[in-house]
Amino acid sequence: MKKVYGSAAEALGGVLFDGMFIASGGFGLCGIPELLLKAIKVAGTKELTFASNNAGVDDFGIGILLQTKQVKKMISSYVGENTEFMRQYLSGELELEFNPQGTLAERMRAGGCGIPGFYTKTGVGTVIADGKEHKDFNGETYIMEEGIVADLAIVKAWKADATGNLVFRKTARNFNPPAAMCGKMCIVEVEEIVKTGSLDPDAIHLPGIYVHRIFQGDHEKRIEQRTVREA
Amino acid sequence: MWDRNQMAERAAQELQDGWYVNLGIGIPTLVSNYIPEGIEVTLQSENGMLGMGPFPISGEEDADLINAGKQTITELPQTAYFDSAESFGMIRGGKIAMAILGAMEVAENGDLANWMIPGKLVKGMGGAMDLVAGVGRVVVVMDHTNKHGVSKLLKECTLPLTGKSVVDRIITNLGVLDVVEGGLKIVETADGVSEGELLAATEATIVK
Repeated sequence: MKKVYGSAAEALGGVLFDGMFIASGGFGLCGIPELLLKAIKVAGTKELTFASNNAGVDDFGIGILLQTKQVKKMISSYVGENTEFMRQYLSGELELEFNPQGTLAERMRAGGCGIPGFYTKTGVGTVIADGKEHKDFNGETYIMEEGIVADLAIVKAWKADATGNLVFRKTARNFNPPAAMCGKMCIVEVEEIVKTGSLDPDAIHLPGIYVHRIFQGDHEKRIEQRTVREA
Repeated sequence: MWDRNQMAERAAQELQDGWYVNLGIGIPTLVSNYIPEGIEVTLQSENGMLGMGPFPISGEEDADLINAGKQTITELPQTAYFDSAESFGMIRGGKIAMAILGAMEVAENGDLANWMIPGKLVKGMGGAMDLVAGVGRVVVVMDHTNKHGVSKLLKECTLPLTGKSVVDRIITNLGVLDVVEGGLKIVETADGVSEGELLAATEATIVK
């Protein structure tokens, strides 16, 4: 069982194909799989559908794949920080499916757990509910949302051991665990691969069963909005 | 009439000891500056954190530690982190006592519109639909009228909804109103604002 690879390009070997569906971790630019996204840009894979909370900014994150027109469709909750995204969307080059943020996270988690659909109150009475099954439970109306299963999950974690057990850091965890769970193949980039046995088994955020390939790399970890207070 | 900070200060009076609370972007974020003495609240950031601290001092920014507005923040002794599915599990599951949010329009039945203006730039709803559907109490903080002087408290919303019948209380620069059977009820008026002035600026039905 070899899960450790030398680079993003190596870890993506034999995995990419045009038209594939990719689930990505990250919130804004925090905890995004920046190295895998760069490698997908180099690979030139086209017609991609992404389930990702955001679409990056023009020159970082998924934004770099929008520049090269490798993305066909985004499933996201918020895409406000990306002018190229808006241009492509308004000109009809790019499809967009808005999902409420919690619905998107739960669709990933559910898909990964073998749950094809679930009911939620989120979006009832809004355009999100259009065309979806409605059902009442205890006098309240819910809509059905479907689980997501992606061809590939791309994930960023802080540390991994060689078996793929993952530890995330602070709010960089965000969509990474649910994205990892919903991928038929899950590739994880980490800041450090540590010796198996050195992670506390009680403090592992995502067990290696969800993880197929890992590699270590240097991350830019760009800050989107630097806010500070007086010392 | 209240300014932004006075609206935030008034909204902070809604907080109760021990509550877990989610604050939206804009004026709601300012509420954390006015948490009353003796009240302990834990702020949730829906990207995966309970116990949100203030902005860092310069040089201590951490790219792995941001709030839902993507701003750098800090942690507190009681902070806990979790993933997005769990974060919205606690929102959808009703564990968050209150959300304080901004709005474009509120209707007299509690309908809320705050995510989309058709024909304009569409950015997305983020976590707003999940929050208003899931939390115990929804308080809206917004200007009473738009920049053309038109009421934002309406009989019916004209913009696409974020949630149906979800708002409990509205705090504006002119006063505080509750959503009740049949319309809105004035709870109080802002400093220097008469009930007549508030009524004149309101399209929604006011219930006595």
